[in-house]
Formats: sequence, structure tokens, C-alpha cells
Amino acid sequence: MTLEILAVDDSRTMRDMIRLALLPAGFNVHTADDGVHGIEILDGIEPDAIITDINMPRMDGFGFIDAVRGQDKHRATPILVLTTEAAPELKARARDAGATGWIVKPFDPSKLIKALQMVAG
Amino acid sequence: MSESNDPMAEIRASFFIECEELLEALQDGLQALDDGDEDPETINVVFRAVHSIKGGAGAFGLEALVRFAHRFETVLDEVRAGRMSPESDARKIFFQCADHLSDLVRISRDDGDLPKDETAKLLASLDGLLGETGAAEEEVEEEEIDFQPAALSFDLDLGDEEDGGPDLPDLPALEDLPSSSDTGFTIRFKPDNDLFETGNEPFHMLRTLDELGECTVTCHLDELPDFDTLVPEQSYLSWTIELKTDVDEAEISAAFEFVEGLCTLSIEKSDASGDAEEPDVPEQPVTEAEAEDQPKDVDAAPEIPPLAPVDEPVKDERPEPEVTSQPDGAARPKASPPKASSQAAAAKSVVRVDLDRIERLVNLVGELVINQAMLSQSLESSGLSPHSDAMNGLEEFQRLTRDIQDSVMMIRAQPVKSLFQRMSRIVREASSAVGKDVRLNTEGESTEVDKTVIERLADPLTHMIRNAVDHGLESSEDRVAAGKPEQGQVNLTAAHRSGRVVIEVSDDGGGINRPKVLQIAMDKGLVPADASLSDTEIDNLLFLPGFSTASVVSDLSGRGVGMDVVRTSIQALGGRISIASTPGAGTTFSISLPLTLAVLDGMVVQVADETLVLPLNVVIETLTLTNDDVEMVRPGANVVRVRSGFVPLFDLGKELGYRDPIEDYQGSVVLLIAHEDGSRAALIIDSIQDQRQVVIKGLDDSFYRAPGIAAATILGDGQIALILDTSDIISNAIGVGGTAASQPSTGLTA
Repeated sequence: MTLEILAVDDSRTMRDMIRLALLPAGFNVHTADDGVHGIEILDGIEPDAIITDINMPRMDGFGFIDAVRGQDKHRATPILVLTTEAAPELKARARDAGATGWIVKPFDPSKLIKALQMVAG
Repeated sequence: MSESNDPMAEIRASFFIECEELLEALQDGLQALDDGDEDPETINVVFRAVHSIKGGAGAFGLEALVRFAHRFETVLDEVRAGRMSPESDARKIFFQCADHLSDLVRISRDDGDLPKDETAKLLASLDGLLGETGAAEEEVEEEEIDFQPAALSFDLDLGDEEDGGPDLPDLPALEDLPSSSDTGFTIRFKPDNDLFETGNEPFHMLRTLDELGECTVTCHLDELPDFDTLVPEQSYLSWTIELKTDVDEAEISAAFEFVEGLCTLSIEKSDASGDAEEPDVPEQPVTEAEAEDQPKDVDAAPEIPPLAPVDEPVKDERPEPEVTSQPDGAARPKASPPKASSQAAAAKSVVRVDLDRIERLVNLVGELVINQAMLSQSLESSGLSPHSDAMNGLEEFQRLTRDIQDSVMMIRAQPVKSLFQRMSRIVREASSAVGKDVRLNTEGESTEVDKTVIERLADPLTHMIRNAVDHGLESSEDRVAAGKPEQGQVNLTAAHRSGRVVIEVSDDGGGINRPKVLQIAMDKGLVPADASLSDTEIDNLLFLPGFSTASVVSDLSGRGVGMDVVRTSIQALGGRISIASTPGAGTTFSISLPLTLAVLDGMVVQVADETLVLPLNVVIETLTLTNDDVEMVRPGANVVRVRSGFVPLFDLGKELGYRDPIEDYQGSVVLLIAHEDGSRAALIIDSIQDQRQVVIKGLDDSFYRAPGIAAATILGDGQIALILDTSDIISNAIGVGGTAASQPSTGLTA
């Protein structure tokens, strides 16, 4: 089954990498450049999972997760946070904001896919 | 071939392009900080730029880049968190680090040798900053261990998703793991309410487990209350999973990584093996009672809870209804149906195109313009009525051609910002080399210029900026003595002006020391010892080959490269450079450049049976002379009266060596030429043929660079015409007929 993914990251390289990792595995990938853009894109799609960076302009990852969780239909949409550091307090903060899980950058494709499968099937 | 098709190579290439943008944002942000910007977003932008470079670099295993970016980022984070204030010393180090980061990016891109000493020096500076703020340093070291750059191709063991947390040391040693035969595990899992609030879903976890091996899942419904007392958001269910697998425990617990602390979980080996009894995930809140409840030796039959068990082997997606039908109540997502097609994907704002392709397009459009001109000409000579369909169509065709041409040129246009940022680095390096306090102010960074022009401007501009810092600005003591602020200012501006781009480099230094310049020129025999030169003429001596004013040749600009080389480079771009200086107040160099190197709005004229093209933007007026208009100043030097003033008059045919000077001016057609530097002249021609866009065809280097000739073009009738550099022609003409200051040697003889 095709999973629909929304990936939010201000780095074009990261967006490209996510796309490169997921497209061959049959995922349907949407991308957005920052939190605000992510919310806009989210309006037109129903992703099975969302991947988001933390440090972004306009609206950061925490704000984005907040805004997504604030929408009734996305209360339980799995959200994975991309983080460069595996520091426990970052994970805790992501979880407090309502993130489902996290992926430590740099990720390799199989790891990303595995994480997605863990939260979205 | 295979290289260009490798998606990773492509992403790597695009990463480095993105790095350039990030470095630009970094420079901008640091500059803003330096200007006293206190908007918290500014430091955020700076931080993010470094952070993103680090993130991408990690993906490509660029370790040196990652390490440096990480340390830089750590310090920036201190500033961001308000634990450190970016004092002027810190800002200076930040700038140096930004420069170094950009060096590292380029070195990493080109696989060059890493400047280890430089890196170490800057890291020490960064540590010094941290030291001032106290305990932060320790944190850095710790974090650094945290962040392990790993190339993408690595097939990473699952364990490293963790930060080397406490479960790793507990991993069973390799010999404990039967490599060929499966190990049995008993996993007990009870979600807390919070688990569902983070969007986690037990079903997916169970399925992940199922993929690890042979799996038997028992769902415990015993806590499930009656329907009327059921709280929808309360978690009532728990599961016991019997798993036969060849993977180790770490991989099993990885399936529960995201719900660590959000559930009660125990994983134990169910085989009779000594160390298997120890729960290997000690941080899980497994209660003592629960642990004791479970028999250590579980045989094939799973422990059946008192209430009706649902013993459902999870084999594939089939059990989904079973599981989801359980009223565990939490907000679980509906298993989303596969989306056949996506909504329109996010609009792509940028496409990267190989420069060669654009070059090809530019050339083709050039050919199209020529072809269109030829077609126009042949249709016109065929005697068709100007109102015929063909002629109307032709008009439309001309308009379209022009639009296409403009659009293609736009593709090549880039803002000069990247160039200006390089210059701010030059100023920093140059000023610290000569020990002056210098500030670079830039303006018009968004002005767009042809990419090639930007690239080829870098060297001349670097030289001019260095000159401004080294020679233009006085030493701090001299400045203070002259009643000026100690900090010298160098201004770099760009603007579009009447179809050209004007770039100015100015300083608020002492201005050109004209007596000294003149003396040097005389000493070097560049001008006769008795020459009497105007201020402008003296200033222009700086452009003479081999001229250098620095009495002590400094490390910085005394490299035997003079302003003459700068001028030659600018002229090669179809541009001109002029100089203006006020003693005590500073010097300004102005570079005027064509917007593009490929097309020119030209005036096609006839002189002595030759067809020539002049840039239209220098022609301000055309006149027909009468003999009364012309006055002789002295033999060989005439002026023409134009309204209120007099303008030097030259015969283009004579200046280009086509004919002897004409004697009778009656009825001659004259073009009035004006240049950016304010100089004006009148050129006699035979007739004006047309005004049109011409495609510039550069003259190959194997041609002799004739003075006054900039390039050539092919006209609509297939004829080749030379494109003139009027400023060069006029300065040569003045040189020959006027003072001895500008000998022909100053011409285009590269």
C-alpha cells in the first residue's frame, strides 16, 4: 500500500534526500519548506505520516507539530522529527510537543523507512 | 554518464549549491548582527544556516565540515539562548568562522586538502568564547560524542538510533546469540494513555515485531470495562507477544523506541538460558509485581489471562480489523486507505540547469535574431505591402524574438550579492593584513547582472577593494589626525543605469595624491617631465601599465598587478572604468558594464563604405552639420557648437584609418556621444542605417585587438559589421590630437 508522506524541512538537500529515500520504496512524498508552508500543504492532503525538521524559519518544528495536533483530524497522525542530535532532552521536547518518534540525521533510507513503518504501517 | 545519473551525486551537487545560499544567509546574518540588529530571528537565521550545513554534510560523510560546523553551531546556540552576547570580538571570530566554513565547504566539494591548522586555530578561538561564558565547554565535548557523522551508504546497526543509551551496554554478547537458530522472546506491552496522544499505534509496532520472525500475539482484554463505563481515551488493552526470531534484543526494543516511557514493557528471552532472564531494557518501568507474575520459563503455550483471550497470530495485515476493533478508545488513526494519486505536489520553485544548455540556448536565440533580421530584410525588399498579413506577422515575429531574447538573458542574470559577499571577506582579510579598521558598506546587492560578467568581475573587483583598503584609506593615526573617524569606510554599490550596470567602489580615504602620482609617472617616463596635466588626466595615469603608487610595496596589493590589468579586464567585458577623487575625502572608481554579453542595442552606421555598429546608449543626439557649427581650436583639433557648449569633433573614418580627414563639414552627419564619466564628443559618419539589436560575436583572441573595436556582429543581410567602443576611440583621438598623457599604449592592446 502506498503511504502518503509530508516532509517539512528548510534544507533542499534534506528534502531531496527524503524524497530519494522514499520514492523508490513506493511512498508518495510531499514536501514543504518550513512550518507555515507545511500547514498550507497539509490543507490539501491527508498524509499517513509527517516528517519534520526542528530548526526552520517562519515556524519551527515544535510550532508545526503544535499546529498539526491542533487540527482534529491530525490528532493522531504520526509525526516523526528529524534531529541531528540524539540528546534525550530533544527527544523529550519533541514528544512533549506531540511528536510520535524521531529520526536522527544523517539517516539512511532503510532507517527512515523502518521508522515510518513503525508509526504508519 | 553513470555519474550524472547517480541520484546521490546529484543531491551532493545540489547540497553544495545550497551551501552557497546558506553561507550567503550566514554572511547576511552576521553582518546584520554586526550592524547591531537585535531581532532574535537574525541569530536564528545564522544558527540555522550553520546547522543545515552540518546536517547535509553529515549525510555525505564530510566529517571535517561536520565537526567544524558543529562547534561553530554550539557557540551560536549559546548566543541564541541568550547565554552569550555577541561582543565585537566574538563577532569578528564569527566572521572568520563563516569564512572558514565556506572554505571547508569548497574544499569538501573539491576533495581538497583540509586546512587543519586553520581549523584548529579557529576552534580554539571558539572555545575561548565558550570559556568566557563558563561551563559550556564541557557540554560541547559531550555533545560532540553525541553527534556521529555517518555516511549514508553505511548499513547502520539499529542500535545507533539511540544515543548510546543505557540499553546498549546490556546487549548480549555475540556468542549468546544463536546465529542460525531462532531465539524465543516474551514481550509484554501495555500502552499508557500518553502513547496514543503522540500518534503512536500499537498495531504498527506489533506488525514491526511480526516482520522480525514468527510471532504469536495475545491481547489481554481483562481490564476492559463494560461498554457504558468505558472511557474512550483510556488505554485498557495489553499484549503478550511470543516472538521467535534470529535478531537480537536491541532490534526488538527498537520497535518500541518511540514509546519508551509511554508504556509498560518487558522483553525477555523465553529460552532456558541464564542471562536471558535479565530484562535488557532496564529503563522501562516494569513493575516488580508484573515481572514476578510472569513465569520465567514459558513453554510454547502462552500464558492465558483469566478472561477470554484473543489469540491471534499476526501474520500480515489481515488481523487489522481484529486489533482495531478493540475499543481501546484512544484516538487512533483510521488505517488510511492507499492514496492512488497525490494532490498537486508542492510547487517547485527552482530548477537547476546545466550552464552549457543555457549557453546553447543563448547561442540559438542569437541565431534566431540574425535569422529574423534576414527574413525581415528579404520580405521588405520583396515589395510586399506593409499592411499585408506577411508584414504584420513579421512584426509579431520580431516582438516575440525580442521577448524570447530578453527571457533567455534573464535566465543568465544573477544578483551581484554573492560577489559582494566575497568582497566583504576581502575587506576583512585585507584590513587585518594592513592593520586598519575598515568597514564595507554595500548597496544594490540585488542588482542582476549576467552570470559570466559576475564571474569575471571577481578578480578586478578584488583588486580594487584591496587597493581601497591598502592605498585608498589612510592609517588609523592619519585618519584621526585628519579629524576623521578611526574606522575607514569602503562602499561597494551596484545599480542599473540607462541599460547598463554601474558598480562603484569608493573609500573615504585621503584621495589620490596627484603631485605624487604625477611625479611617479614622470620618473617612470610615462609622461614628459614638462607635461601639464589636468586633475582627471593625472587620475587616469593610475591605469597606465606598470604604475604603482605604494612607496612601500605591501604584501597585499603590491603584486605587480596594477589598475591597468583591472581596466583591461573590465574592457574585455565590454565595460569601462572611470575614476573620481577628492583630496582628503576619498576616491571613487566606477565600472560601467553592459547587462549582457550577448546582445546590444546598436546604431548601424555607414562610414567610408564600411558598416559599423555603435552602442545605442552612448548616442544621445544626431545632428547635421553646417560649416558654421565647427570651430577650429588649433590645427587638427576642432570643436562643434552644440546648443550652449562646445564638443570635440572627430571624423570616425579618419580615426579608424579608413580615410583622410574630411575638409568640408557642410551636411555631415554627426553622432553626439556621451559617456558615464561625463565626457562628450561628436563623431562624423556618412549615414545612419538602422537602430536594431545585434548579437555580439566576440573577436577571437587570435585577432589583433584593434583600438576602438569591441566586437563584431552579423547583420540581417549576412554582412559582418564591427562594433565600436566609442570611449576607447575618443580617448585615443584625444591622446593623438591632444596631450601626450594617453599614448596609444593605453588602448586595447591586451
